[in-house]
Amino acid sequence: MELRFEDVDDLCTGAAFLGAGGGGDPYIGGLMVKQELAAGRKIEIIDPDGLDDAKLIIPTAMMGAPTVLLEKIPSGEEPIRALRVVEKELGRQADATMPTEVGGINSTIPLFVGARLGIPVVDADGQGRAFPELQMETFAIEGVKGCPLGISDEKGDTSLVMTDDNHRMEWIARGITIRFGGTAYFANYPMSGAEVKRSAVKHTLTLARRIGEIIRNSRSRKLDPIDELFTFLATTSYAVARVIFDGKITDVDRRTSEGFTLGSVSIDNPSGRCIIEFQNENLIARVDGEVLAIVPDIISILDAETAMPITNETLRYGQRVKVMAVRVPPIMRSEAALKQFGPEAFGMSEAYRALE
Amino acid sequence: MKIGVDVGGTNTDAVVLGANGVRGWCKTPTTADVYSGIVAAITQAISDARVDRTDVDCVMIGTTQFTNAVIQRKSLLPVGIIRLALPATSAIPPLTDWPDDLINEVGRNAYLVGGGYEFDGREIAPLDEMAVLKAARAFRQSSIQTVAITSVFSPMNGEMERRTAEIVRNEVPDIAVSLSCELGQFGLLPRENSTIINAALSQLSDHVVQAFRRALHELGLDVPLFISQNDGTLMRADDVQRYPVLTFASGPTNSMRGAVYLAGIQDAMVVDIGGTTSDIGMLRNGFPRQSTNFVDVGGVKTNFRMPDVLAVGLGGGSLVRDEGRRVGPESVGYELTNRAQCFGGDTLTATDIAVAGGWASIGDRSLVQADKATIKAARASMRQMLDVNVERMKTEAADLPLLVVGGGSILVDWPVQSVSEVLRPEYSSVANAVGAAIAQVSGEVERVVTLNEATRGSVLDDARQEAKDKAIGAGATAASVEIIEVEQVPISYLPGNPTRLRVKAVGDLPI
Repeated sequence: MELRFEDVDDLCTGAAFLGAGGGGDPYIGGLMVKQELAAGRKIEIIDPDGLDDAKLIIPTAMMGAPTVLLEKIPSGEEPIRALRVVEKELGRQADATMPTEVGGINSTIPLFVGARLGIPVVDADGQGRAFPELQMETFAIEGVKGCPLGISDEKGDTSLVMTDDNHRMEWIARGITIRFGGTAYFANYPMSGAEVKRSAVKHTLTLARRIGEIIRNSRSRKLDPIDELFTFLATTSYAVARVIFDGKITDVDRRTSEGFTLGSVSIDNPSGRCIIEFQNENLIARVDGEVLAIVPDIISILDAETAMPITNETLRYGQRVKVMAVRVPPIMRSEAALKQFGPEAFGMSEAYRALE
Repeated sequence: MKIGVDVGGTNTDAVVLGANGVRGWCKTPTTADVYSGIVAAITQAISDARVDRTDVDCVMIGTTQFTNAVIQRKSLLPVGIIRLALPATSAIPPLTDWPDDLINEVGRNAYLVGGGYEFDGREIAPLDEMAVLKAARAFRQSSIQTVAITSVFSPMNGEMERRTAEIVRNEVPDIAVSLSCELGQFGLLPRENSTIINAALSQLSDHVVQAFRRALHELGLDVPLFISQNDGTLMRADDVQRYPVLTFASGPTNSMRGAVYLAGIQDAMVVDIGGTTSDIGMLRNGFPRQSTNFVDVGGVKTNFRMPDVLAVGLGGGSLVRDEGRRVGPESVGYELTNRAQCFGGDTLTATDIAVAGGWASIGDRSLVQADKATIKAARASMRQMLDVNVERMKTEAADLPLLVVGGGSILVDWPVQSVSEVLRPEYSSVANAVGAAIAQVSGEVERVVTLNEATRGSVLDDARQEAKDKAIGAGATAASVEIIEVEQVPISYLPGNPTRLRVKAVGDLPI
């Protein structure tokens, strides 16, 4: 499928939805992709199921602070240089790139890379949503090694990270990102077509695009966007979705620790109070003490009228919202997956219970 | 005594405000030259107030002239654009995502040069002075009269932008200069957009501010002139001449602030009922709650916020259908006085219901064809629309008073749910001009800071003091300055707890 100019905004809306409150606003990434398309370059999105087993796929992404990104926009060369670092280490060129994370801004970086290099982008990712750290990938759970990791900034600096431990890869790359000025662009988890088929969450770019398209279309056709989303999601691997609460934001509490924005948002309606705790992304939603949804299931806060997703950085007192929970595909709910990004990985004592 | 003026697209309003409230007022049509409308409005208002011109201490003007110019693509100059950022930011050049017809006005004279800062204050690259010089020469050759300069993270450090201005002025002495660091707020693209639009308005702002001055001169008012800015505070006329974009959102802000002042309160819900819609907002400490979204002006994303206002399809001209079960959102609008039944027309409107129900008295009640059941149902529909939407805009459980203003305010005679009382302030038709007259001056500081237990107190104190100093610099008396807003938003995904801090102070003018 060729990505059209008019698809980009839809894809960004869907990516914000799948970002579960985090992942960074895709606004800048969307503009970068639109620039490429307007300049006449093409973006080919390919189905993972049709991939040749022997092809080399190198995912690309950005890390660091979305707030810094809003000021220090990239030159565009950064993720390409990062990819080149990995290619050089492997002695082989990438046949395609792919998102590591479909939620938030990182859905857009591989599209930009694909346009610049003229290589296709695989319609899949390693998180099926947004997570804060580089080891939280289905790729890792299925045995794909995170390194070599190439990382670069706008000044042309690059670094190669080699370690067998994905947690250390995250730790080292995060440190480099600070020295690079708060944002950095990386390529990691190089893998074969066979490994993509085994380890990726599939069809998530097209999922994001469709979600955005449904939200936009229902608004202009005066249909209920939430109903339309349910109908669509039922046909995907994200089949179970529910509005778990509907009300008005009455409190937002944020604090930082080790680079994460921790906090909670309280939403009230006459029948009770919903409290959502987040660590960049929304982790758990409770109504009057009872857990209604928990990570890795997606908890997204949507504008009550338009169903436009609201990221945690723009949550404000008084907004009217609907809280939507979506059950993630089975590959993200296995025992090994839950160990990597289930409740325990975020220091919570509650057990995962899949949304019904 | 203060004079407040609102120069709108249609009307120019003036009020004379004394210590005890409105002394006199006037509403006249806005004139093409702007200034004669102001002269007429102020002359009338002064005579209505029966005061002497020598009692006037200052004049405050709110205007939508600059917003309208951008929307209508009128009186805009070609702009020289310099962004200090390389090697960063080249993935998205200036003017990306702008409408073509606006690009045609400002031209494509954009230069990216080496420079800019990191979030922690280091340089991305040293300022490339040679590249700036080259850009300046190109501007001179194409007779460009105004330049917009934007650097990465300039709200934290405006040094490179100022140095760039120096180089450009050296080369093109009379060029008008707009610096993005003067427009505050993080977010490179929206700030750059605002700076470019500001630069494009530089000639118009000279004309408009001169028209204001000329009006005062003609009236023999040799007093300070202030102009309302987006957040409801005042700027000196000189500053508006240089930064006209700062007036973009002043209209709705003045109207809401004027309303709470007229009611003699600080905290309230406000509903402004017009012919087609009702605009509902909320004020705290006399200031409207701001929207989370940036304002889009003429198709361009700027870095300004508007008051958070909810527009509901209920107005004096709203159509009443289905035996009163459906009111609005369609409306006869400005044709109310022809088409409403109470004015001899054939359409049943919300105004007719209020007249037939006996709680409003305009037009001719005997002309309205609505039975008791319809009146009752329509009244219930209107009540429900207000109840639900006022509640939606309210952000706290405590009951606040509701101010009902605007031409359609006669529709409401019932108690509204979730508010303590319904108030109808006098003179609300000139609330905009009143909002301009009562405004204070402000100072604002925005930066990225590292907050830990040891430094939190002193970092916040420093920012508070700096905001206060800025307010005093803008004309406030030291004794009256207070901090009205402290916003701390952590920058996520980075270790070290960097936090975006914004502090705002306001104070009274010495009158």
